[in-house]
Amino acid sequence: MKAARFAYERPVDLASAVHTLGAHALGAGDAKPLAGGQSLGPMLNLRLARPSHVIDLSRIEALRRIESQGLPANSALPAAQARWRIGAAVTHAEIEDSPALLDGRGFMRHVATGIAYRAVRNRGTIGGSLAHADPAADWPLALNALGARVCIIGPRGRRDVSAAEFMRAGFSTVLADDEIIEAVEGPVLSAQARWGYWKICRKTGEFPEASAAAVFDPASGHARIVAGALGGAPVALAGLAAAVARLGSVALTSNAVDQALVDAVSGLDAVERKLHVTALLRATRQVFQS
Amino acid sequence: MSDELHGKPGEGIGARVPRKEDARHMQGRGAFVADMQFPGQREVAFLRSPVAHGRLRSVVKPVGFESSVFVRADMPGVLPIAAPSTLPTFKLAVQHPLAQDKVRFVGEPVAMAIARTRAEAEDIAETIELQIDELPVHVDAHKARVDRTNLLHEDWGDNVFLTLAYENGFDAAMKEATVVVRREVSLARQAMVPMEGRATLALWDDRAGQLVVYTSTQVPHVIRVGIAHFLGIDEGIVRVISPDVGGGFGYKCVLWPEDLCVAWLALRDRRPYRWIEDRREHLVAGANCRQHAYALTGYADQRGRLLALDADITIDGGAYSNWPFTIGLEPGQATGNLPGPYDIRGYRVKTHCVATNKPGFLPYRGVARTGVCFAMEQLMDAIARAVDRDPFDVRMENLVTAAAMPYDSVTRKHYDSGDYPRALTLAREKIGIEAWRERQRRGEPDGRRIGIGFASYCEQSAHGTSVFASWGLPLVPGYDSATVRTTPDGGLEVRVGVHSHGQGMETTLAQVAHEVTGVPVARIHVVHGDTGLTPFSTGTYASRSIVMAGGAVARACESLIPRYRHIGAHMLGCTLEETRFEAGAVHGPSGSVSLRDIATAWYLRPERLPADVDRNGLEATLGYKPDVDTGAFSYASHAVVVAVDMDAGAVEVLDYVIVEDCGTLVNPMVVEGQTLGGVVQGIGTALYEESPYDENGQPLASTLADYTLPGATEVPPIRIYHLETPSPYTKFGIKGMGEGGAIAPPAVIFNAVNDALADLGVEVNETPLDPRRLLEAIERARVAAPARKVA
Repeated sequence: MKAARFAYERPVDLASAVHTLGAHALGAGDAKPLAGGQSLGPMLNLRLARPSHVIDLSRIEALRRIESQGLPANSALPAAQARWRIGAAVTHAEIEDSPALLDGRGFMRHVATGIAYRAVRNRGTIGGSLAHADPAADWPLALNALGARVCIIGPRGRRDVSAAEFMRAGFSTVLADDEIIEAVEGPVLSAQARWGYWKICRKTGEFPEASAAAVFDPASGHARIVAGALGGAPVALAGLAAAVARLGSVALTSNAVDQALVDAVSGLDAVERKLHVTALLRATRQVFQS
Repeated sequence: MSDELHGKPGEGIGARVPRKEDARHMQGRGAFVADMQFPGQREVAFLRSPVAHGRLRSVVKPVGFESSVFVRADMPGVLPIAAPSTLPTFKLAVQHPLAQDKVRFVGEPVAMAIARTRAEAEDIAETIELQIDELPVHVDAHKARVDRTNLLHEDWGDNVFLTLAYENGFDAAMKEATVVVRREVSLARQAMVPMEGRATLALWDDRAGQLVVYTSTQVPHVIRVGIAHFLGIDEGIVRVISPDVGGGFGYKCVLWPEDLCVAWLALRDRRPYRWIEDRREHLVAGANCRQHAYALTGYADQRGRLLALDADITIDGGAYSNWPFTIGLEPGQATGNLPGPYDIRGYRVKTHCVATNKPGFLPYRGVARTGVCFAMEQLMDAIARAVDRDPFDVRMENLVTAAAMPYDSVTRKHYDSGDYPRALTLAREKIGIEAWRERQRRGEPDGRRIGIGFASYCEQSAHGTSVFASWGLPLVPGYDSATVRTTPDGGLEVRVGVHSHGQGMETTLAQVAHEVTGVPVARIHVVHGDTGLTPFSTGTYASRSIVMAGGAVARACESLIPRYRHIGAHMLGCTLEETRFEAGAVHGPSGSVSLRDIATAWYLRPERLPADVDRNGLEATLGYKPDVDTGAFSYASHAVVVAVDMDAGAVEVLDYVIVEDCGTLVNPMVVEGQTLGGVVQGIGTALYEESPYDENGQPLASTLADYTLPGATEVPPIRIYHLETPSPYTKFGIKGMGEGGAIAPPAVIFNAVNDALADLGVEVNETPLDPRRLLEAIERARVAAPARKVA
């Protein structure tokens, strides 16, 4: 279980990373960006991934920053207009250890804290997790629920897409071969915002059997309930979220959640349905408990 | 862990002496095979069968790498691995070191490649071309058992390794029964997952003229016998060294094909070769334990007294047997141990060990008893429900009593000593049954259901010649030997042929030597794991080492004391009768001489010795086995409280109590450590671990992402309490206990879950209890019970 031979490159800045990746994408070989290596590492060793080149992004300073924008202490702007930005090579542990109010309500920190084990969080990155696009991973679900955007850079310049659109299916994203994630940007939630997050894991640190995230911000009208660990990309239950936003917790019955899930997702067996409904109910109930 | 700290003062038998071996491991200074590097060393990678069953048409070496790739035909002098047994119906399964003619499970070694690095060896291995005509696959032991067409071993005529049948008093006892209870329970296949996988490094030592094999094993002397035998060379030119070993659990008590292949390479080329098993190889080619299925019928009276037991047991034996213990060990243990700690007069059992296209079964810590305890204890609870009595009371009705000891069981096992009902009573008291029952009635604020479970077992340990000889194995344990050498400065070297890999024997055997000689534990050095340095032993398995090696160490120490006294009397100018040996010194009427003085005299200043000194010197090798070698039976009762999350299908263990009795405790802390480690493995069996296969025999858990192990956060607080009933048969009354912790957890956890769900009519009976199995059982009960709900 040792990796097949590959060439290793570690560009020092974003421009050379984009250039290197683009050059390989045009050539005969295939290049794979490496960040924390928590998924790519095992895949290399299992020889499930056999790139000719591995481009290590983990030391690029521009990808390592956490920033809050438009949020001066005395800002007169509505909080909904403020945003935060996390570089793609920022580790889960750095988000876990970041100030609770990066997103205004501590959602990002909570999600980071529950990813795998601290040893994984010390190396794994938010950008790597998004790019890998494991259906059961935390960030594709959490960032979808939060309405975050994924900032992409490539030889043709920069673009950004919503987290909901970024992941297309299990292990599949909108990233082209020569593009990398630069950062993730999201809204700063208002003081009235509430969120919930629930994973059903067989044990601590394990990928969940079912997961769900709910984020409601009355100030901006944001209302999302998203189911994760479905085998494909996370699925937003827009109707359910709208009903909950409008009617409150009375809209949150097992039957309503079950119906919303079945309407949105096909092919679940009875046990999977039960687990996903449980995760959705528990996540969304937290919204009313905080 | 225990709230009453159990232990004697000092550092002899019974004292909580901190483990001598911990420091190097805590500091990362252990020496494992994977740490070793010799000049010119080459790494070995195995190409393994990608299919579960097929005819091997050809293995084509990649062009340019012909000399770096080896197949079975390259090593004609190496014998296939086969271990006969005299058990009736036993069929011999022959396993070649590299597959010949057929492959029988995914992961079976077919070829090997060598290179400077493992990665390069894997590069070569993956370019070897295999041509295999696939054959129909057996993944279900029940189906394989009755199939006479598609055979794993064609010369057998069927797919059954062996069938054991036993009956004693069944017909008479069952007639008296008024209650009949039937249950079917089963355990999933598992891998043992030691932290360190297997590892073997072989080299030729020109100076010694020996093939030196460093290998991660529990049984270095047995491996030496095996390597010499199957390579066809003299044992004198083989030396086996098992350095630090990161867990054995039974996985490392047999000779493996890879060991033979690596040894053959080193012998052939006279250069070092090494193979390190990686985690995927382990999970794929090492999924080899626990998979039993039981159909039990209990015949009881109205009080729940179990009068007779009828059992049909199926063991999914996988593709091959093993050397030297054979695949007969597991069915033998299941057949003989099912009645466990219960006084049953009528017993009838049939045990089928069936060949399937999976890795060959090996005895895993607890050996069959985890399965039989799981089956028997669920039957006890089922009987209690059938007669509407408390499961505790029904158990008390059935346990062998202290007054009945020594007790000959219905399977003619000889239980040496103990008070089984007392352990159960104490477990009930320590778990605080009344408070939990009250909380159970009240209900949890979060909607979870509380359940309380009990399980008891007895554990045959240190069983010797008579037991193993009756199984007809090619290798039977006899006397274990120990060498005790007084060093010139008055310390002791203790040399034993067993191996310590977590059992703490570098400490506990020193405690035994200290008990006899009074030499401080810090000055007693235990040497093990090297056939060149230690006397023969069949090694560490079957909870035997502290009894067997401990007894040998004590005898060797005792034999030195008259020699010390004789020299001491001469140095003190008194008669032998006037001396006594105490606390590492010989005392006479006029003073004392220390062991250092005596040792200095023997080794360095012989002019101080008496003329008639014992010429055997200050070193002795003696053998030991208990006079009655049918085993010292440890036992325990476990009690557990769980909370069951009905919507998430999750089980949390809230409290866990163990009352155990392993006879005289050598070191309570070591006993607790062994127990805890075993319990964690048992929790894995109960809730997490499983090696599933698809219908093509492809393993579905080949990495730790798919094979779920309990971690630190899954282990509840565990409270351990000790009883201490010495064995009448062993030195100091010590009993073995290394396996016990892993026996009861599945039984006790399932009983607790079933207690939590009893009023819903839900019963779970198949490991591991993952969310799917639990939720499906709840759903089945819900569908089956609408009539009751309406009523």
